[in-house]
Amino acid sequence: MNEGFRLLDPVRQGAAVNVLRAILPAESVLYEPEDTKPYECDGLSAYRALPMVVALPENEEQVSRVLRACHELKLPVVARGAGTGLSGGALPHGKGVLLSLAKMKRILALDPVARVARVQPGVRNLAISEAAAPYGLYYAPDPSSQIACSIGGNVGENAGGVHCLKYGLTVHNVLRVRGCTIEGEAVEFGSEALDVPGYDLLALIMGSEGMLAVATEITVKLVPKPHTARVILAAFDDVEKAGNAAAAMIAAGIIPAGLEMMDQPATRAVEEYVHAGYDLDAAALLLCESDGTVEEVEEEIGRMTAVLKQAGAYDFRISENEAERLKFWSGRKAAFPAMGRISPDYYCMDGTIPRKRLGEVLRFIAEMEKKYGLRCPNVFHAGDGNLHPLILFDANDPEQLHRTEAFAGEVLEKSIEVGGTVTGEHGVGIEKINQMCVQFTPAELEMFRAVKRAFDVDELLNPDKNIPSLHRCAEFGRMHVEGGRLPYPDIPRF
Amino acid sequence: MQEVIKRYADRIRAAAADKKPLRLRGGGTKDFYGETPGGEVLDTREYAGIVAYEPTELVITARCGTPLVELEAALSAQGQYLAFEPPHFGPGATVGGMLAAGLSGPRRQAAGAVRDFVLGVRMLDGRGDDLSFGGQVMKNVAGYDVSRPMAGSLGTLGLILEVSLKVPPLPFAEATLKLELPQDKAIEMLNHWGGKPIPISASTWVEGDLTVRLSGAASAIQAARVVIGGESVAPEQAQGYWQDIREQTDVFFRTDKPLWRLSVPSVTPPLALPGEELIEWGGALRWLASNADARTIRDAATQSGGHATLFRGTDKSAGVFTPLAPPLARVHRNLKQAFDPAGVFNPGRMYPDL
Repeated sequence: MNEGFRLLDPVRQGAAVNVLRAILPAESVLYEPEDTKPYECDGLSAYRALPMVVALPENEEQVSRVLRACHELKLPVVARGAGTGLSGGALPHGKGVLLSLAKMKRILALDPVARVARVQPGVRNLAISEAAAPYGLYYAPDPSSQIACSIGGNVGENAGGVHCLKYGLTVHNVLRVRGCTIEGEAVEFGSEALDVPGYDLLALIMGSEGMLAVATEITVKLVPKPHTARVILAAFDDVEKAGNAAAAMIAAGIIPAGLEMMDQPATRAVEEYVHAGYDLDAAALLLCESDGTVEEVEEEIGRMTAVLKQAGAYDFRISENEAERLKFWSGRKAAFPAMGRISPDYYCMDGTIPRKRLGEVLRFIAEMEKKYGLRCPNVFHAGDGNLHPLILFDANDPEQLHRTEAFAGEVLEKSIEVGGTVTGEHGVGIEKINQMCVQFTPAELEMFRAVKRAFDVDELLNPDKNIPSLHRCAEFGRMHVEGGRLPYPDIPRF
Repeated sequence: MQEVIKRYADRIRAAAADKKPLRLRGGGTKDFYGETPGGEVLDTREYAGIVAYEPTELVITARCGTPLVELEAALSAQGQYLAFEPPHFGPGATVGGMLAAGLSGPRRQAAGAVRDFVLGVRMLDGRGDDLSFGGQVMKNVAGYDVSRPMAGSLGTLGLILEVSLKVPPLPFAEATLKLELPQDKAIEMLNHWGGKPIPISASTWVEGDLTVRLSGAASAIQAARVVIGGESVAPEQAQGYWQDIREQTDVFFRTDKPLWRLSVPSVTPPLALPGEELIEWGGALRWLASNADARTIRDAATQSGGHATLFRGTDKSAGVFTPLAPPLARVHRNLKQAFDPAGVFNPGRMYPDL
């Protein structure tokens, strides 16, 4: 990234403000640093940049006109929902417009018979389930930030959640996205029918990090709420045994509603924080949930218990009521804030690996802890292989931050080496852009860029995110060879 | 096998240089589908076989030429299956053809479509470049999701070499119920049940008979039976019935009239169109055997918020697929240009300009 990225050009800013003020009310165009400061970062706060201008449209017509104006002025546009993203996908562009969709937070229609809700992009994920609850329905994907994150952001990242092995990701639960192209033209991907003619562009824009179009309206699928749910809390004396137990569960033909694992350092950190009653001597804990009708859950819990016993769990407890179920889950759900309690900062990774390589990857992480002198507890979506190692560090010490980045880089590249990916659900954003050069070949990256240009020929929508330029990769590659070890990301920090 | 890929790539490069279109073809069981195929046949059956199968990871990776029956047999041996129940339409169906056609069977509304199970794709683009997108893991958001849109692309974007699919375990139990209901009432009940935690995995309505399949834990099926009512269909008979629906060998499909496929929101009331109808997917799929003109049928589908495809028919002059809105058509052309700049892959199979 060049210096120009962060240098404010007052003439350019003035022109942008004038044009936007002709479209939006004065209070919806922000440009004074004290007003734009709240937008300088998303959930990945290590990366910050002040946007040149912030635009806050309230409806599709305004979004369309703002985009058309930006297209004419060739201004980069970064769309932003609730700003909870963990990969810097909504990091502003210093010479562009930060398009906040926060004011577009209305549920436009909810049809309990057709089991769909039509909502604006700024609607919070959980607000949809709350609105559907009186009808015995809910919106299934439940990312851990669901009380705050917006559905528009969920579409941009193809968000998952603890129940996605059974209920799917955002891509499986959204029927239609209406939006605007960078030219300001309204466009619809998908429909309220189950398919559309032509290419499946709805699938293509899922997880596209706001780089292909800007969503203005989203139709989500609502599904019946299960009657009941129970969770088994199983303790293992060995991490690999717990990983194998997860595999055995699948092999037995069971798809749990949730299947989560924590290693001992993670368990100890959260127990101190929430007192969930976890066994602190266990090398790993597995949380295994069943949902459905009362009879169905009882049947499944029986099958799950048999598998866990066979797989060598030395202790298990089955939730007897909803309060106990929530208590068992409380530790896992509080894993991230608990880390914040035992360390000034933590850095959350998001690789997905084939589950059978779990033992190998955890051993690798343990070696890296020694190599970099940093602690790294692990929480793991064991059902789908999505690993969240949490490196504990102090951001006030630049040297520690440097080590953390190098540590993270090695773990991500290990994920690729074992046949996985650098990001399961948090997105590439700005954070993992260098690792994209490792995961994909130059021809594949070129194809990604061509896909982007098929929607946005001037590359104005969220530029410099997600897909690295070949030039950037060449630089990354050169550093890789000359340094003799894996480099840290050459990303500017503000 | 790398040799085969090299031969395919050379062939693609030569075709691009000579501007001679290629017709990508596996077993040819879906030749009838889409616009009339043209070009010189490139047979994908040479690149065959299962590359990797890890039942405990719920993932299988297979080459394009792998017979679909072979893939399904491998899965069945491990108690897993393709939950989207793709139709074969003949013994020669291949994995590549299944993905390119993007057709899903009776379980689609409950389980998802082909695209919902695609995890990754390896393909040759129009330059003969060997590209891989997605992967073999459940969750992956690195780069754009180029692999899912390959489902249903009718081979117009590239030669699919390999695909990785999510393969869930077979249901523990199944049961089929049959009850007499008029069409409007059947649509109403299907949508009503859809909002309840009832494990309906397939449904049809035809000539006053509503047939519903339940899949899941035995206890859940037992509870659902009470809610739905009707008569039980004997297991062997039920299995044969759903197979006939999936493969379109049911008596309904033995018609001389053009067969239309109307994909509409599930709550769409009965369509007042001339001809015979068979409803699937909880009301979201309406098969129509009708001599009505294309425009009447398309308008009815569009007004309901869906679209109509001429699935089987001899006169394709009105176009097989519903035309695209202008901004979408432009994105389609741009994507085609990105993947296949010389326009060698199945030109015109989906739309005249793709």
